[in-house]
Amino acid sequence: MSAHLPALQIALPLMAAPFCLLLRKRQLVLGFGILVCWLSFAVSVGLVRQTLEVGEIVYSLGGWDAPWGIEYRIDLLNASMLALVSLIAAIVLTYAPASLAREIPESKQYLFVPAYLLSMTGLMGIAITGDLFNVFVFLEVSSLSSYALISLGRDRRALTATLQYLVLGTIGATFILISIGLLYMMTGTLNMADMATRIGAMESMRTVHAAFAFFCVGVGLKVALFPLHVWLPNAYTYAPSVVTAFLAATSTKVSVYVLLRFVFSVYGYEFAFSSMPLDTMLLALSLLGIFVASAVAIFQRNIKRMLAYSSVAQVGYMVLGISFASVSGLTGAIVHIFNHALMKGGLFLAMGCIVLRIGSARIDDMAGLGKRMPLTMFAWVLGGLSLIGVPLTVGFVSKWYLIEAALEKDLWWVAGLALLSSLLAVLYVWRVVEVAYFREAPAGAQREEAPLSMLIPTWLLIGASVLFGIRTEWTAGIAQKAAALLLGVGP
Amino acid sequence: MSGGDTMALCLALPLIGALLTPLIARMGENVREAATFVTGGTLFALVLSLVPGVLRGDTAGFDLVELLPGLAISFKLEPLGMLFALVASGLWIVTTAYSIGYMRGHHEKNQTRFFMCFALAIFGALGVAFSGNLFTLFIFYEVLTLSTYPLVTHHGDEKARNGGRIYLGILISTSIAFLLLAVVWTWNLAGTLDFRAGGILEGKADDKTVMILLALFAFGTGKAALMPFHRWLPAAMVAPTPVSALLHAVAVVKAGVFTVMKVILYIFGPELLRDTGVSEWLMYVAGGTVLIASLVAMTKDNLKARLAYSTISQLSYIVLGAALATPAALIGGSMHIAMHAFGKITLFFCAGAIYVAAHKTEISTMRGIGRVMPVTTIAFMVGAISVIGLPPMGGAWSKWLLALGAAEAEQVVFIAVLMISSLLNIAYLLPIPIRGFLFAPDGHEGGKVAIKEAPLFCVVPIVFTAVGCVVLFFYADNLYSMLLPLAGGGK
Repeated sequence: MSAHLPALQIALPLMAAPFCLLLRKRQLVLGFGILVCWLSFAVSVGLVRQTLEVGEIVYSLGGWDAPWGIEYRIDLLNASMLALVSLIAAIVLTYAPASLAREIPESKQYLFVPAYLLSMTGLMGIAITGDLFNVFVFLEVSSLSSYALISLGRDRRALTATLQYLVLGTIGATFILISIGLLYMMTGTLNMADMATRIGAMESMRTVHAAFAFFCVGVGLKVALFPLHVWLPNAYTYAPSVVTAFLAATSTKVSVYVLLRFVFSVYGYEFAFSSMPLDTMLLALSLLGIFVASAVAIFQRNIKRMLAYSSVAQVGYMVLGISFASVSGLTGAIVHIFNHALMKGGLFLAMGCIVLRIGSARIDDMAGLGKRMPLTMFAWVLGGLSLIGVPLTVGFVSKWYLIEAALEKDLWWVAGLALLSSLLAVLYVWRVVEVAYFREAPAGAQREEAPLSMLIPTWLLIGASVLFGIRTEWTAGIAQKAAALLLGVGP
Repeated sequence: MSGGDTMALCLALPLIGALLTPLIARMGENVREAATFVTGGTLFALVLSLVPGVLRGDTAGFDLVELLPGLAISFKLEPLGMLFALVASGLWIVTTAYSIGYMRGHHEKNQTRFFMCFALAIFGALGVAFSGNLFTLFIFYEVLTLSTYPLVTHHGDEKARNGGRIYLGILISTSIAFLLLAVVWTWNLAGTLDFRAGGILEGKADDKTVMILLALFAFGTGKAALMPFHRWLPAAMVAPTPVSALLHAVAVVKAGVFTVMKVILYIFGPELLRDTGVSEWLMYVAGGTVLIASLVAMTKDNLKARLAYSTISQLSYIVLGAALATPAALIGGSMHIAMHAFGKITLFFCAGAIYVAAHKTEISTMRGIGRVMPVTTIAFMVGAISVIGLPPMGGAWSKWLLALGAAEAEQVVFIAVLMISSLLNIAYLLPIPIRGFLFAPDGHEGGKVAIKEAPLFCVVPIVFTAVGCVVLFFYADNLYSMLLPLAGGGK
């Protein structure tokens, strides 16, 4: 049984999705979906434990050996990505029923769960597979289902947001496919480990360079790396709150993982950072992204949109960490994948609670929320402090590693800029705090806290973002080992 | 009970007190205040019990949790921290008594939140005092910033919000942009952040780097209110007077200068600064702040604003002492933490009492106040003389030692700065009690005036701290012998 956990990880939600359509009844479907998500999480925890014991797990699908068959290759890095995706999926879906009841027409609610499970399957598939073409397939699975999820939003602008995401996402996917095609043409293999051994001999060939460039731009679109981020703010703003929380916490993170895998495991960092100017490109784009997106966030009136721009900025921090190509830099990037998933997931869940009660995500409607929804707002403030990077929150841990990595390379101006950028976060977080705590609530507003079924998942994520800010051996410890693996320096 | 256990208890006590306050508050106001007294009294007794150990030269301490590899939250006792802990915890009791009189006399709202945040702030201050490495100090420094924000904005109106903006804006920006950078940089250079006698940076960096680091530390510690980062302190005066008294004359601002002093003693090492002369510019900045802030204070008609600028000026005495880095200057600067605390808290208590009893905030309206509130006005006089630095008040000793230190360092110009500053202090502080006694109150010319003091809960603390100023003059040698080891590094 435990030998087949990798297959189970993908098969479980994949098979469960169509089954939901048979169940049809809203409560049944939701209950079943929640069960499947938590089971998936249990499977991924099992996988993490296995990788901690034996190192790398190689699983040949259907008994066909690589490089002909498809293999799943799981090390510490993607095992923990799996755990992250399934955990967030489980927490968000547990939270979902009350929020969906308000935000999606009842007739469509049973359709939500299969799309959600498929999206989760796609994201986990990307993380688990060792086959490059398989990455593309799962990327499409997750993208197509997330288009459907976003279009469920009540606002009709959700449809245009979806279309925008669809067009740009498809361009990105096409670029990735072109790159895979070129690589297959040159190396004759699609298995990533196999490709890595063959690519060394042809590093000077232009086709290989072109494939690298296509892939990086394609994934850049999925990561929402500035200036390829234009699809993200609309998609996050108009999607149902639950969908935003799930996608914000997982989708771009898995794409960052793909970038890591491709750059470090397939090409190797000597190629990417010596033959190709990837470090300079990523450094410049990430810093620009951090500043521009944070500055734009300050002027948003819709808080979901503000958090979306903040996500673009936070992705910048992850990419910044990658651009250093050192153990501490990668540790910072990987740990920020986890940390940002926790805090942004928690913040969007808190926004969901707010939308449930006041029916709007606009800052002007949030007046007096500190008194009306004290627990939700306090969770929001803690999440906001984490975004700023205040000590004893996860945001501080990420920032510490990034600053350390910058100083190691004597890039003290980068360290200074990264710190200055967190001051922009202070501005956009405190704008909300002031409205919620200092502006009087409209007359007649009463204290109306969100239901416990939503508050508990919100606080789970926010609590985790404080807990892992204090106990870092799980997050930063694993991230450090994963970073050492990627760089091939051994733990 | 070992010293480490006692320290842990000292930290736990205000934290638990803060967390329990909302629960205890349900049993009524009197129970809540009684609980605060018990917490404060026990805390002070515990802190006091640590003194013999420090005098013997024991170094008690303990590690709480390792946040990042090699970076633990750790606590260690040393004379300077002992002094700061004594001052903060001792004056907390007095301020609690005063708060009861003030807050009730003034019918303030949200008193439970007030007492809760107050206890949290004391927790932060003690954490700063006991910190065993720079990392811990930074964390508690931020705890102190955040826990005092709700106190500054206590009134919740437009003015409070704007004051809070400046307060948080300056303190957070300087600490994240400069102080955190300096901390990570030090970690990067020295490979440790432990406080060690004689410093950890010697031989690790060239003079230019040391100078930049010193600048980052000095300006990054926004709480030390070195110009041009002093604006937050006058802005914080929108808070209720007990907050201004304990936090913005004692705990918060002293945490700032304490940080500067501690960094110079245990991170740079006085010897390094004396040998290389890299701190000379800091003397001029501090000296400039002393004089300019005193001049600004003279232009303020609002009593609390005048006291705030006086505090800015006095804080720079301590920074000056640290920058001079000679034995007498270091001891004098450290001693000034205690001396100024007693003097300035008396002055703020008086300002609050005048506000409660006579509803006056502007100095120009305080003619004849001495005839209405004789006890308060005499106490004001005592506090003022201590701040000016004349015998028989405690402030005389620290100023004497600072002047001696300037002479040791052959920086005669700073002796002049100290003397001019004393003259300015006389000019802006003494007219208030003098005009209070010599003139009759407006509208009562010639007639008898009825005495109307503030509530007893306000007056007793005022008398207590005023007497403290005198007592400190006669028992200063105890402080001196406790602080003597600080100069040991320079022998």
